[in-house]
Amino acid sequence: MLSNAVHIKKTRKQGILKLLLNLFFIVLVISIFLPIIWLLINSLKSNNELFNNSLALPEKLLFSNYVEAWGKGLFAYFKNSLIVSSISLILIITISALLAYGITRFNVKGKNIIFIIVLGGMALSEQVALVPLYKMLQTLNLYNTYFAVILPYIAFRIPFTVFLMRAYFLSIPKELEEAAYIDGYNSFQIFYKIIVPISKPIFASCAIVNLNFVWNEFLFANVFLEDKKIMTIPIGLMTFQGDMRANYTVLLAGIVIASIPMILIFLLMQKQFIRGLTAGSVKG
Amino acid sequence: MMKRKKFVPYYYIIPGLLMVLFFVYIPVISNFVYSFFRLSSYSAGKVFVGFDNYIKLFTSDIFPIMIKNNTMYAVISLIVQVGFGTIIALLLESKLTGRLRNVYRNIYFLPALISLTAVGLLFTFVYSPQVGLLNSLIRSVGLENLTQSWLGDSKIAIYCIIAMSQWQFTGYITLLMVVAIQNIPKDYLEAAAIDGAGPIKRAIHIMIPLVKEQLLVCSIITIIGAFKLFTEVYSTTSGGPGNSSQVLGVFLYQNAFLHDKMGLAAATGVLIFVVTVTISIIQIIVTKSGKV
Repeated sequence: MLSNAVHIKKTRKQGILKLLLNLFFIVLVISIFLPIIWLLINSLKSNNELFNNSLALPEKLLFSNYVEAWGKGLFAYFKNSLIVSSISLILIITISALLAYGITRFNVKGKNIIFIIVLGGMALSEQVALVPLYKMLQTLNLYNTYFAVILPYIAFRIPFTVFLMRAYFLSIPKELEEAAYIDGYNSFQIFYKIIVPISKPIFASCAIVNLNFVWNEFLFANVFLEDKKIMTIPIGLMTFQGDMRANYTVLLAGIVIASIPMILIFLLMQKQFIRGLTAGSVKG
Repeated sequence: MMKRKKFVPYYYIIPGLLMVLFFVYIPVISNFVYSFFRLSSYSAGKVFVGFDNYIKLFTSDIFPIMIKNNTMYAVISLIVQVGFGTIIALLLESKLTGRLRNVYRNIYFLPALISLTAVGLLFTFVYSPQVGLLNSLIRSVGLENLTQSWLGDSKIAIYCIIAMSQWQFTGYITLLMVVAIQNIPKDYLEAAAIDGAGPIKRAIHIMIPLVKEQLLVCSIITIIGAFKLFTEVYSTTSGGPGNSSQVLGVFLYQNAFLHDKMGLAAATGVLIFVVTVTISIIQIIVTKSGKV
């Protein structure tokens, strides 16, 4: 009897705790969503409505704000971001995979030094390289071209990507390769036909985490891309702000459009995304 | 290891190694050299000035403001993102939360997916004195006299920016900590539960010690991020009003590309380098010593 009463008391206490905890979580959800919902609501309003009362719901949903934002610049910035991101990603993944394969599968002279140099790159921040890179890109006649950002993006992302891939490659059992070697495969065939297919999960994780970096990168893009025609989304958005000076609600629509791709990719590829983030634990 | 022709491995290594050397190491080293010169973005000429740029940096009126702002950003981010973010993770992973916990976790993580410039622009609206969300909310509950010009007020501008970053990145740390907690072997927690440890005791005595390493990594990336701070400030106040929200990254940028003082910018870069690399080295030492 007694223990039963204690048990009931305990479950009731747990029930209250559960309720309080969920309440706490919901308050946090509201604080995250509040600016986002406010953004969505006002992105569908007219400028006048925004100024009258930014908390009110729109009288009529002005999807035309989105059409205008897309037409007046965001489409071009989107296209540029797609070009820069896809070239960067393909090269980051390919070059890093080759490098990681080289240092995990061969007894190369100076392997440790190479490894330390490459991984040491993770500790070097973009700010420190900004001024000399700007000068270099001008000398190389690359300033204000897609490659002005693509090349630094690749170089700055290789260390982190090699770090992730190396750990993965080391976990692949060597027997498969030994067998292939006996069958007469050369080292590149082994890489291409054995390592690459097995490593698809880590490639996906690396691709997503690097995409999150490249898609949102601002410092280099802001300094190395001058021409509106080649600007990527983050810097295009800042320029767009200047162009839309008085047209606030269209700018808000632009902010929404710019944010959709990464959120979609997260929702679709959550597992790979989270694995990449946690394996590397490097912000931005 | 398989035996191969001697030169083959270098084919795999060289492209990546060259990229990193050429576009990461050479610029960083050049930045050291530049910091001892006066140079302009328009011409190739350099004048050696010794430690002049460093003296200018350290004696500038803005210097103490920047150090204070970067440090405040680091301290508040450690408390909120790492401290509070970890508490949220522990609560999410406690036995008490139901099936919704993954939904909560993903919602908290959502702002980290939005680009820094988009968040910066959004929050210039949120903080806007006339139409902003914050002042509108304050007015709607009748506290008219509490409204502020937020980013326009030199006393609070930097804290408004810091608050924005907490909104954006606390869920990011929470996500990292949730995964670390999920990686704790189940037997540890079950054994503790059998021993009669409640959820709070379990969290303090079992979960936290077992996720120490991730906690260290989170603290390090947060501190390094605080000293690399750029876009958040650039997209909201550009360091203003006056220089009240100035930080090292924006100071570097403005000197290099607006005031044409590239040597001073390079010296600022060296300072950022010293701070961030020192923190990384501390991390390596602590991790290697096995204390964490």
